[in-house]
Amino acid sequence: MTWQEKARVQTAQEMDRSLRRMAHEIVERNKGLDGVVLVGIQRRGVPLAERIAKLLEKFEGMLPPQGKLDITLYRDDLSLRYPQPLLRGTDVPFDLSGRKVVLVDDVLYTGRTVRAALDALMDLGRPASVQLAVLVDRGHRELPIHADYVGKNLPTSHAEVVEVRVAEIDGADEIWICEKVEEQA
Amino acid sequence: MSWMHRHLLDVDALSRPEMELLLDQAVHMEDLLDRPIKKVPALRGKLVVNLFFEPSTRTRVSFELAEKFLGADVVNWAASGSSTSKGETLRDTAWTLEAMGADAVVVRHGMPGVPWYLREKLRKASVFNAGDGAHAHPTQALLDVYTVWKHCNRSLDGLRVAIVGDVLHSRVVRSDVQAFRLLGAEVVLAGPRTLMPLETDALGAVYEPDPVKAVEGADAVYLLRIQKERALEGLYPTDDEYHRRWGADEELMARAKKGAFVMHPGPINRGVEIASAVADGPNSLILDQVRSGVAVRMALLYLCMGGMEA
Repeated sequence: MTWQEKARVQTAQEMDRSLRRMAHEIVERNKGLDGVVLVGIQRRGVPLAERIAKLLEKFEGMLPPQGKLDITLYRDDLSLRYPQPLLRGTDVPFDLSGRKVVLVDDVLYTGRTVRAALDALMDLGRPASVQLAVLVDRGHRELPIHADYVGKNLPTSHAEVVEVRVAEIDGADEIWICEKVEEQA
Repeated sequence: MSWMHRHLLDVDALSRPEMELLLDQAVHMEDLLDRPIKKVPALRGKLVVNLFFEPSTRTRVSFELAEKFLGADVVNWAASGSSTSKGETLRDTAWTLEAMGADAVVVRHGMPGVPWYLREKLRKASVFNAGDGAHAHPTQALLDVYTVWKHCNRSLDGLRVAIVGDVLHSRVVRSDVQAFRLLGAEVVLAGPRTLMPLETDALGAVYEPDPVKAVEGADAVYLLRIQKERALEGLYPTDDEYHRRWGADEELMARAKKGAFVMHPGPINRGVEIASAVADGPNSLILDQVRSGVAVRMALLYLCMGGMEA
């Protein structure tokens, strides 16, 4: 079984526009950047959080603190998986207490990753509030979780995957819908 | 690269990339130890039994902390006062643990090979060797290499490690030699001939009778614990004499590389295998080894105790 590209959903320029709009919405919602921190979920949430932070610096003249969150040890499917997913590390080098945390991830799907991320965050401190920013919301939620900032709403089927590619990891900025194909014998 | 092991009986089961993967995961586990809340739910609902037929404080406590920080339920089963003293066989103990729902058994036993026997008798539980006879102590070896590895920019290639002391009765040394060599370090063994096995070459390490020559140019000097009852057996004359000839004092350490690390599996005998000035000196990693032990055991338990094969 492999995944095959089906349709490109966003180009680099479109992705950049989405991120800019999301950055503006973050400023608008929080009436500035006072107390705002960005926490990217490993793996692709991390570079996305860094980009939003840089845009916020450009718009507001201050760079909000950024952290990385590894939610692996909080997953709800660890006793179902073999082999175990590997850790990439959490690095939140500031106190979360009283901060307005903007969690950043690439794709929002079942909501289970965000559930795990909320538990992981609460073990690090007690934020004043947590908001969620995702580049793609593809629907099919299994938990009562919703995003505050969305780059693109994308209706999908369960048989598809949404691949967000970022230059820092994948060499290019793109969003693709991919689907399963049976390997040719 | 992914981790496919469910048990750890000795380090020779691991390839170099597997060991490096484990060390890398241990770094992330060690980060958890600095947090106010160290507990994560990764092994929630799993039952781990610490089955200790020999007294052990630090290994058992280290495993217990690792298990608790990962959210597992923990039972400590000590041989004294348990059914073993009433004549229960090891096989029946194993089956009893399984009937109680153990997902993992951490075993320490005076008889070499017991962890292998348990793995054979247990149908689904993971088995971790916490020391069997004078045979193996793989998690000690992993924490030892991890401690040096993280201080040496994640590479042991070309390092020289001198292990000094009672090699003959040591379960630590066999696993340590394998682990250090697997990661590219060279190991020299030193100690009284009476406390040295006949075939040190079979371990893949060189025996150097002269302790000064053994530590010459060493990047790390690892002292093994001298059990005082060995003097009564006539294997060395007195503690004082052992210390003068083989003990790590500042004079001996001056022969090693400048800044060479000092290591010891604990508990230490001050004034026998190690002088206080060395044990408490700036290059001592002894307490770092203790902390590393928890992180390495967390990584091991996490990696081995996932779901069942699809």
